[in-house]
Amino acid sequence: MAHEGSILTAADLAGNGVHGDDPDVRGKFGIFGGRYVPEALIPALDEVASVYATAKNDVEFLREFDHLLRTYAGRPTTLTEVPRFAEQAGGARIVLKREDLTHTGAHKINNVLGQALLTKRLGKKRVIAETGAGQHGVATATAAALLGLECVIYMGAVDCERQALNVARMKLLGAKVVPVTNGSQTLKDAINEAFRDWVTNVDSTHYLFGTVAGPHPFPEIVRDFARIIGVEARRQMLELTGALPTAVCAAVGGGSNAIGIFHAFIGDEGVQLHGYEAAGRGLDSGEHALTLTAGSVGVLHGSRTYVLQDDEGQTIDSHSISAGLDYPGVGPEHAWLKDSGRATYHGITDDQAMAAFSLLARTEGIIPAIESSHALAGALELGRELGPEATILVNLSGRGDKDMGTAMKYFNL
Amino acid sequence: MTTLQTVFAKAKADNRAALVGYLPAGFPSKDGAIAAATALVEAGCDVIEIGLPYSDPLMDGPTIQDAVHRSLLNGTRIADVMRTVEGVAATGAATLVMTYWNPIDRYGAERFARELADAGGAGTITPDLTPEESEPWRAASAAAGIDTVFLVAPSSTEARIKAVVDCCTGFVYAASLMGVTGARETVNVAAEDLVKRTRAHTDLPVCVGLGVGTGAQASHVAAYADGVIVGSAFIRRILDAPDEAAGYASIAELAREMAQGVRSRA
Repeated sequence: MAHEGSILTAADLAGNGVHGDDPDVRGKFGIFGGRYVPEALIPALDEVASVYATAKNDVEFLREFDHLLRTYAGRPTTLTEVPRFAEQAGGARIVLKREDLTHTGAHKINNVLGQALLTKRLGKKRVIAETGAGQHGVATATAAALLGLECVIYMGAVDCERQALNVARMKLLGAKVVPVTNGSQTLKDAINEAFRDWVTNVDSTHYLFGTVAGPHPFPEIVRDFARIIGVEARRQMLELTGALPTAVCAAVGGGSNAIGIFHAFIGDEGVQLHGYEAAGRGLDSGEHALTLTAGSVGVLHGSRTYVLQDDEGQTIDSHSISAGLDYPGVGPEHAWLKDSGRATYHGITDDQAMAAFSLLARTEGIIPAIESSHALAGALELGRELGPEATILVNLSGRGDKDMGTAMKYFNL
Repeated sequence: MTTLQTVFAKAKADNRAALVGYLPAGFPSKDGAIAAATALVEAGCDVIEIGLPYSDPLMDGPTIQDAVHRSLLNGTRIADVMRTVEGVAATGAATLVMTYWNPIDRYGAERFARELADAGGAGTITPDLTPEESEPWRAASAAAGIDTVFLVAPSSTEARIKAVVDCCTGFVYAASLMGVTGARETVNVAAEDLVKRTRAHTDLPVCVGLGVGTGAQASHVAAYADGVIVGSAFIRRILDAPDEAAGYASIAELAREMAQGVRSRA
C-alpha cells in the first residue's frame, strides 16, 4: 500500500530487491531454517512454496489481499504518539504502531488473510492452525468464516483456560477448538498436534501456520504477509517526524509481529532493531521463554533455530504470563538477525510487562495485549538508555481485551 | 554385531519377510525395555528399533507418545539408550535406534554414531531428517560403519523417492499411509504401490511400517515387502497389561503371530 487508494505492490509484500535477505532455495537464513519434517509433508510444503511464488507476483492476488486488508482488516493502521507514557522513558519520543486496532484485535489477521487466499489457490477446503494466546486462532477462524473454509484450531489445554474468552470467540466463529492435553499443554504441543493432523489430512487441508517459525516456506510466507506493518510504519514515521525512528521495538515469541515491523527497516542501517522476549519469572528462575537470549542452536518444529533445550536436545518448557510468548523456539530469521548483529534481543519479566501494561492503560487510555506490553516495557528501558533525542517506534501488536482474566488476577481487580 | 545385510539376506534365502519390532528405550522401565525387546527377539523379531524418547514426537500417534512420555518421566538419557542397544544387540538381533534429529544434533553426530557403533548398534532411522539436511549424519554414520535408514511416504514423488533412497543404506522405510504411528484396522493399499515405486529406484530391501498390528496384516504386507515393522501394537499391549511380566508374555504372543505372518506371505 504505497499510496492511498493504490494497490499493494509485489515489492510491498516481499520486499523484492529491497534487501538481499530472502532465504535460499532450501529455506535457509544462513545456517538457520530449512526443513526437518517427515518426508510425507515435503510435497505439501513444495506445493505451498510454489503456489506462493506465483501468487506474490500475481496482480490479481495482490489486489485481493490489498482489498481484504483495507476493507476487512482495517488497514492502514494509524500511529499514535504516547507522550504521557513516554514520561517514564527518559524523555525519548515513543510512537505506537496500532495493530491492536485491526479487525480481531491483533497483527495476526494480516498473515491469516494472506494464507486464507493462498488456501483457495491451493484448492483446499479445510484449514488447521495452532494458537497460543488465541489471537491466531481467532484470526484463522475469522478468515475461515469469511471464505467458507472448515476450520480446526489446536490449543494447549493450559492456554484454553487462561484465554477462555478467545476459545468462546473461535467457537462462535464456527471453528472447532481442540484442547491439547499432552506435553506442557501450551503452544509447542498445539503445534505438534497440528502437524499430526496435517500429515494425516494433507490432501484436503492447509496448515495455516501462525508465526515465522516452522519448516520452509512458512518463515518466508508469514513474514511477507506481516511485512505490511513495517512498510506502513516506515512511511508514517517519515510523515509524522520527518525522519526514520532511532529504534524499532517489538515483542518476540515465535516472532511474526517483530519480523513484520522490522523487515522494512533492515536496510536502514541507522535504525536499531530491538526484540523483547519473555523473561517470565527471571532468567535465574528457569521459568522463562528466553529462546534467543538464553537458548542454544537446535531443531524444533521443522526448523533450525534457537531453542530452549537441555544438554541432550529435549525441549525445555517455557514460561510466560503471556500465552503468545510462551514458546521455546523462535523463527529462524530472528536467529539469523541475532547472529548477524542486525537486531538485538532482550528479556522482559512478567512483572515488568504487567507494569507497562498498566502504565499504558492509565496514561494513554490504551489497554495493550500482555505480549505487546513486553515491547512497551522494553521501550521504557531503551528510552532511558538512548535519551531525549531518540524516537522509538513500538509495535503495539494486539489489544488487551483477551487478557482481562490474567489482569484481574494479577492486579486483584 | 548382526548387520541388516545379514538379516535381509537370510530372510530372502528363507523366502520370507523380516520382522522388525519397535520399542522406546526406558519403557516400561530402563531394564524393562531390554527385557521386552529380548522377548520380541525370542519370539521371532529379526530387527529391533530402539526409540530414543523425545519431548516433541510430532510423527507419533497417542500410543507411542504415551510410552515416550513415561520413558522421559523415568529419566531416560542417551546413555540409557546406548545401554539398551547393547543389551538388545547381545541377543543377536540387528539393533537400530529410531530418533528425531535434534537429540543427535545436540549430542554431536560423530559422538552419537561412534557410541552407537560401540554399543553394537547397526544403524539409525531418522524420520524427520530430510535428504537435504542429512549429509552430516550420513558422513558420521559412514565413518562409524553404521547404516542410515530414511523414510518414503505415499505422497513422495519419484524425484523424492530417488533422493531418499540415495541416502539410505541397510533398508528403506516405506510409511504405509499419510499419518502418524499407530495400529489401524487395515493396512493402507497405498503401501504396496509405494513399495513398487521404491523398488524402481533401489536394490535395497524395502520395509513397511505404520498401521501394522496383527499377524494377518503382517502376512499381507510380507507378500510385497522385504520387512514388516510393528511398534504401537506391541506398546499398546504393554500399556494394557496388569504388570511388566504379563506385558512381555503378551508381546511375545503377538510377535509369534507376526513371525508366522511374515513366513506365510498372503
